[in-house]
Amino acid sequence: MTNTESFEPVLLEAVGIENGGTLEQYRSRGGYAPLEKLLAEKQPADVVEMVKSSGLRGRGGAGFMTGVKWTFLPKDHPGPVYFCVNADESEPGTFNNRILMEDDPHQILEGTIISAFATRASTAYIYLRYEYPQSWNSLQAAIDEAYAAGYLGQNIRGSGFSLDIYLHRGAAAYICGEETGLIESLEGKRAWPRIKPPFPAIEGAFHKPTVVNNIETMACVAQIARRGVEWFRSIGIPADPNNPRDPGSYGPKLYCLSGHVEKPGCYEAPLGITARELIDRFGGGVWKGRRAKAVIPGGISMGVMTENELDTPLDFAGPGRVGCLGLGTAAVVVVDETVSIVDFLHNSCRFFAHESCGQCTPCREGTSWSLRMLERIRAGKGRLKDLDLLAEIGSTMGMMPGSTICGLADGAAWPIKNCIAKFRDEFEEYIKQTNPTGYMETDPVPALPIVTAH
Amino acid sequence: MPTVIVDGQEIEIGADERLNCIEAARRAGVEIPHYCWHPGLSVVASCRMCLIQAGSRNPETGEVAMIPKLVPGCQTPVKDGTVIVTNSEAVKESRARVEEALLIDHPIDCPICDKAGECLLQDYHFEHGQSERRADIQPFHSRRRDVGPTVTLFVDRCIMCTRCVRFTREVSGTAELMVSARGAKEEIDTFPGFPLDNKLAGNVVDLCPVGALGDKDFLYQQRVWFLKKSENVCGGCSAGCSLVTEHNQDTVYRLKPRENPHVNKWWICDEGRYGWHHLHDESRLVTPGRRAADGFDDVEWADLITRLRDDLKAAGRLAVAVSPQLTVEEAWMLCALARSIDPEAFLALGYVPTTGDDESFPGGFTIRGEKAPNRRGVEAVLGMFGTAETDGKVPGWTDLLAQVQAGKVQAAWITAGHPTPETSWCDEETAAQFDSLDCLVVQDLFDSPLAARATWRLPAAGFAERSGTWVNCGQHAQCFEQAIRPPAGVWPEGRLYWNMLGRQGLYDPHGVRQQIAEGSATLAALAGNLPATGVDLRLQQLAAT
Repeated sequence: MTNTESFEPVLLEAVGIENGGTLEQYRSRGGYAPLEKLLAEKQPADVVEMVKSSGLRGRGGAGFMTGVKWTFLPKDHPGPVYFCVNADESEPGTFNNRILMEDDPHQILEGTIISAFATRASTAYIYLRYEYPQSWNSLQAAIDEAYAAGYLGQNIRGSGFSLDIYLHRGAAAYICGEETGLIESLEGKRAWPRIKPPFPAIEGAFHKPTVVNNIETMACVAQIARRGVEWFRSIGIPADPNNPRDPGSYGPKLYCLSGHVEKPGCYEAPLGITARELIDRFGGGVWKGRRAKAVIPGGISMGVMTENELDTPLDFAGPGRVGCLGLGTAAVVVVDETVSIVDFLHNSCRFFAHESCGQCTPCREGTSWSLRMLERIRAGKGRLKDLDLLAEIGSTMGMMPGSTICGLADGAAWPIKNCIAKFRDEFEEYIKQTNPTGYMETDPVPALPIVTAH
Repeated sequence: MPTVIVDGQEIEIGADERLNCIEAARRAGVEIPHYCWHPGLSVVASCRMCLIQAGSRNPETGEVAMIPKLVPGCQTPVKDGTVIVTNSEAVKESRARVEEALLIDHPIDCPICDKAGECLLQDYHFEHGQSERRADIQPFHSRRRDVGPTVTLFVDRCIMCTRCVRFTREVSGTAELMVSARGAKEEIDTFPGFPLDNKLAGNVVDLCPVGALGDKDFLYQQRVWFLKKSENVCGGCSAGCSLVTEHNQDTVYRLKPRENPHVNKWWICDEGRYGWHHLHDESRLVTPGRRAADGFDDVEWADLITRLRDDLKAAGRLAVAVSPQLTVEEAWMLCALARSIDPEAFLALGYVPTTGDDESFPGGFTIRGEKAPNRRGVEAVLGMFGTAETDGKVPGWTDLLAQVQAGKVQAAWITAGHPTPETSWCDEETAAQFDSLDCLVVQDLFDSPLAARATWRLPAAGFAERSGTWVNCGQHAQCFEQAIRPPAGVWPEGRLYWNMLGRQGLYDPHGVRQQIAEGSATLAALAGNLPATGVDLRLQQLAAT
């Protein structure tokens, strides 16, 4: 494992360089040369093998092996195969894709071209979040430059491989980041995630085999092509030899640090840095000299860690060991000791109630019910019994218990589950103080006339 | 044969059948509750009511491996060795939770809801829900919104199964309905300026598992538990869709499609759905009459039987128009009756209304341009009486008119029964051609220029007031039963012919049908009791050749 102290940023190398996002500058850093070499010398299967052997895991949140995902595409399919890049970055706290798209768009394009070559796709879509106009401008400018320089279009640099990249702007919904929701939206439909099977690799966009990968994954592919598999595997946490199902966490990762820290920002570090090191060394510690109360390990849907759990390594397996859903997008949000955890959870529930696509009953009603319950608790009408109910909602909605189609409900459930489990004392204290006469009641509760949130 | 194990009970399914868990469990007599799944629509697996436990049994070791989480029954296909568990605690809890969740945003206004009594939300809650109310529900009324000329939407009663949305996209192909907003705020809605207005629109009301979509024609007319159901066939066109006539105290309240994979699958068109109002039209003919100096004298049916026969015998050569609205049994008896009065009687197919071309929809449903239910059946019956010409065609309405104009006949018995009170099927000009006859018998639902000229004006019965057999445009024969009694004073055609033929006892359509089946190769398939979905006459004909 590399020393995090001496690690030099790779994915973010263009940040801070003047005109770092231009084609000329990118090439001066060695960009596109690996692509040309690879197109001239290698077969798509070799590239798949390269990415597979690098151990690259998808950076979008689920951490699925990228190379393995590509092998799910049907062999000898007459085509077309579509390649989608997921730039609908909307997990709260996450902004690493934006940095990459704004500051180094050619790195993403190179990764996309390599990935499209590996998957034999001749059309790629970059599904861009609506709220990123700056990214739109820089990506579109980069695409235009790449076409002009012959890195896109017909017969790329004389290799015989052709690729068109289309920049598709979404209409602003969290659910469009779910891979089948993204495909539906790309097709011009309401972004209701599809039932699986068939998986997108078999039948995705426009009923054709489709791969959906994250922007940061594309940047990693470009770097693997440039620096090699060995370099990539020298960074991060190796696979646990005692756990055959652990593929390890290799490579550099962009951590988005925000919330109550002195220096919020997007920092590149080897996978496996602990939350405490990230906060203290990169973030300059919790702001105003306070203590952290809770830390989100990777976007709010991953749940929360307490102050005691901050030494957890932020690799793909780490947060799971302290009851979180996973590493997610590695968006670390720090919540200091002055924040009420009730308000925190209320905010989380408000987000998911607003963003639930409304397809599956348990998620549609569960997210809205949990929000209403927290509204009531905050209005001084909470009962201790509500906490059990919240925990039950949290443990029964989602893909993991099998009650929903996609993982949005799991993301909504984890903060509820984690907060109730890890901060139950604070919830109980809050309810007793705000509802001193009624906190022990168990009869059905009359609702508040108006739900103010949402 | 593939074997599926449902709650420990082994059932066999067909080798090439593609069933999901809901369908397979149904074979074993186990009902898996579901809202969003419908056999005629695409699978979305979104209501999550049909969550069950599934697994597979190893054919060699017999060991059962279960999927660790719950799976939707609608989305899970069964194959040999599939194990389905629908009665475990986990499944029961999951159902109770879905029921609870659905009621959070439901007004629970059952006392004023038309669906009460046939509502899946009610039924499933009774069966699978929990008695304790844990959700904090503020009582509220469901907002009502018009979505089209025939359908109204009670917005908050909706459970978002999206069956209606999928129907308009996949079956009618018109896509008027959509889901707007997101999460718990989402609603079914139409696009501004594009109401739900298509010829199959009424089906969305049948599809709705709860009281969200209401049929304006039926709204607040009757509580569903008072309705009796009779299996009927639609007479609106030659498609012959299977229906359920829902009625109470001799009044029809609504028609609903009856599942029939050979004919209409699960749907009917709005024309058929609302095609029962003529039964209760004020202007119907309800008493038989004989021409007098000023209009018609009422005649008792018992007298009519003999006087009509005498009148026709006295007039001379008889021509009979056998309406395509008559059942096979009635047509046969009418022909037999005509030949008993005049052995040389000219028998012809009656007037067949048509309105242009057939209209097909993406979901495979077709509305036929031929607006009569039984042309094929009447043709077959006429064939039995030797009227078919060399090319297999039977004489039709124009042939009959030609006979009348040429003076070859002196008497005519015209049956019609077309359900169109507003515009008569026979205009003044056509009717005037019958002025030369000595005796004209018109048997119809409504008065018409032709009926005004009649010597005998006889009331007819509507489709729900009779029983018998119709043969649709695809040579598919279906029997139907009488739903309601005809208006006081009206003898249905079958009863009149039966009595005029001098037969004893009550009119027995079943017995007549057996007689027809024995006497005709074409209609031989009508022997015995027909299944509810009918029989295909062509199969029998194929077997005979």
